[in-house]
Amino acid sequence: MGKDAGSVSAAKKESSVGRFFEALGNDLKEIGLTFAEGDWKTKVSFLIMGFGPLMRKQLVRGIAFLAAEVLFILYMAGFGWNYLKDIGTLGTVARVVNDNGTYSYNDNSFLILLYGILSIIVIFAFLVVWRMNIRENRNEEALLAAGKTLATAKQDLYSLLDSHFDKTLLALPVLGIFIFTVLPIIFMICIAFTNYDANHQPPTNLFSWVGVENFKNLFSFGTTGMGKTFFIVLGWTLVWAFFATFLTYFLGMGVAIMINKKGIKFKRLWRTILVVTIAVPQFVSLLYIYKMFANDGLINSYLMKWGWVDAYIPFWSNPTTAKILIILINCWIGIPYTMLITTGLLMNIPEDLYESARIDGANGFQMFRSITLPYMLFVTGPFLLTQFTGNLNNFNVIYLLTQGGPQSMVLSNKAGYTDLLVTWLYKMTVNDTNYRMAAVIGIMVFVVTAVISLVVYGMLPSVKDEEGFQ
Amino acid sequence: MSGSMKTKRAISNAITYVVLVIISIVWLFPFVCLLLQSFRSYNEGGGGMVEYLLPKQFSLDSYVYLFSEECKFVRWYGNTLTIAVFVALFQTIVVLCVSYALSRMRFKGRTFLMKFWLILGMFPGFLSMICLYFLLKQFGLTQEGAIPGLILVSVASSGMTYYVMKGYFDTIPKALDEAARIDGASRARIFFTMIIPMAKPIIIYQALVAFMAPWCDYIFASYVAFGFSDSYNVAVALQRWVWTNDYQGFFTRFCAGGVLVAVPVTILFMCLQKYYVEGVTGGAVKG
Repeated sequence: MGKDAGSVSAAKKESSVGRFFEALGNDLKEIGLTFAEGDWKTKVSFLIMGFGPLMRKQLVRGIAFLAAEVLFILYMAGFGWNYLKDIGTLGTVARVVNDNGTYSYNDNSFLILLYGILSIIVIFAFLVVWRMNIRENRNEEALLAAGKTLATAKQDLYSLLDSHFDKTLLALPVLGIFIFTVLPIIFMICIAFTNYDANHQPPTNLFSWVGVENFKNLFSFGTTGMGKTFFIVLGWTLVWAFFATFLTYFLGMGVAIMINKKGIKFKRLWRTILVVTIAVPQFVSLLYIYKMFANDGLINSYLMKWGWVDAYIPFWSNPTTAKILIILINCWIGIPYTMLITTGLLMNIPEDLYESARIDGANGFQMFRSITLPYMLFVTGPFLLTQFTGNLNNFNVIYLLTQGGPQSMVLSNKAGYTDLLVTWLYKMTVNDTNYRMAAVIGIMVFVVTAVISLVVYGMLPSVKDEEGFQ
Repeated sequence: MSGSMKTKRAISNAITYVVLVIISIVWLFPFVCLLLQSFRSYNEGGGGMVEYLLPKQFSLDSYVYLFSEECKFVRWYGNTLTIAVFVALFQTIVVLCVSYALSRMRFKGRTFLMKFWLILGMFPGFLSMICLYFLLKQFGLTQEGAIPGLILVSVASSGMTYYVMKGYFDTIPKALDEAARIDGASRARIFFTMIIPMAKPIIIYQALVAFMAPWCDYIFASYVAFGFSDSYNVAVALQRWVWTNDYQGFFTRFCAGGVLVAVPVTILFMCLQKYYVEGVTGGAVKG
């Protein structure tokens, strides 16, 4: 405790970490006080959870705590511990060939890692429940000492529909996110520190911890390292996201301005035509467009028929044309979306602003630059940011059109010229079963997204100055 | 003066019309091509790619094939429709619950939860693909069971996509809740009898978006159904037709299948377009 107190005072200034340890210190203090000051029912509750509430006729709460403890013990003894004990090595005995030619499977690194992680999380969850059990006892004692009555089971259940309705609503969604998002992500982060790849596939082989070797590999520029490829792919990912975001944004806004223009008729018709692209599933439209630009596709056929070119243009096998084409086709996909969003916003700009600018002799472009654009950037700043990070991970457009190709001789690990980090990650997972490097790439994608989000978010005018345009 | 202004405006409007017409042509061109080629007879180019647009001989060959015994297109279509309906239903319920809790209730760990989910969202989805596959396999939800498996995965993590709906709830005045609570209504009662009816537009938006997504789901669907063609959805199946080396025979069939997928989805979307626009605009501005 003394050491704890020292670290608390030192870290006090460093906000969050300091606060965390302070809260932890207070918590430990309260647990100690509960034990020292509590009656015998409370003291027994430290070992047998829910004992105190049960003795005080709090059946629902008592049974819930007791059930949590029993389930935890059953889980750890019957299941969790078998995996948790091997998590340091991820298994030592791989598949063995028996004398009669059959196989016997022993340790499975995949299961050890996955259920090991699960067990660690279960232990933490149990500690939290145990802590709740302590506090429950303390609260009950305080209430009884003050001469009040405790809540009945009926009241407890009713509160789940009223003051504790959030718990009812969130229980299933949070559990779902935990099992299908949190657990897999923690698992894959761990995979980045192992040698799980085509040569180390459970249950035939084991994989084991290798420390930061995979990260070293990613940043090494030697003949076997992936450094060069990684930075080329990262560079294209950023270039792509930049153009994909801002080209569609400005062109989409342009289209919206044209449709909104005074004196233009059939506004609904123009919008509807554009919106068809959003409605048609992308795999239909993109695959068709991919075929249109194929060497023997419609575009090349007509270009040759009309004598504009002598031989077909290899749109998809030339890196430069492939990249340009992808960005243009993405405009085709993205402009209707931006058009929809900006249409309503453009109509919010007060007309008298334009009126007075016109009297001052401003032309259309000047009005756009000094009235429309600042307003739009201000209002849609957060939207642009999410678009940008979304485009960093825009799998569909790239994969349906080029599958990352054309293949490159310069790039390692089968990366193609139009591969984004995510499509590269996908190929590593599915084609090469190179899970270790796929996990590392995944973490890098996270780092890039997080850094860009944090930096840009702080710079957004609508965040810095919420009143700016009011 | 005003005369020259008028001609100037007329010229600029004329230019705008020309640009809009060109844009419309560019945007509709691929769909027109798709439709035309789906009606091309096998007698021309054997159902492969040809160097002209207008079919010389209109026929329903490709459509007949799709509905014939040798092709599982109807099954794939049914698979996708099943997934889409269930995902739309459950995902909307989940998002409703999460949005209401986060918008209306103040509980310990609320901001932590929101920040945590925001950070989780920055990890690329495919990262966890092999782990998800394994989890589904444990429950028997791959290959033969791929359809419920895909529904489960889409629904389970959907709580994190609460932003648009929560933004909408935030605009419903809290005073309404307070008044009902003073009258003795519980939170659950307020949720079911007040908030849900008021949130109809955003519920339609949410259901529409959830319904559209499975039609495009290729990546995870192909991974989970791996090698078991009865469990394919339309995206996986048609994708394979385009990418196999003998796509020549399957090109017009792909077009026909694409038309059959696109037309109902597009009609549905167009009918509910109003709600979609409301949803995306609201979501984009609030961030």
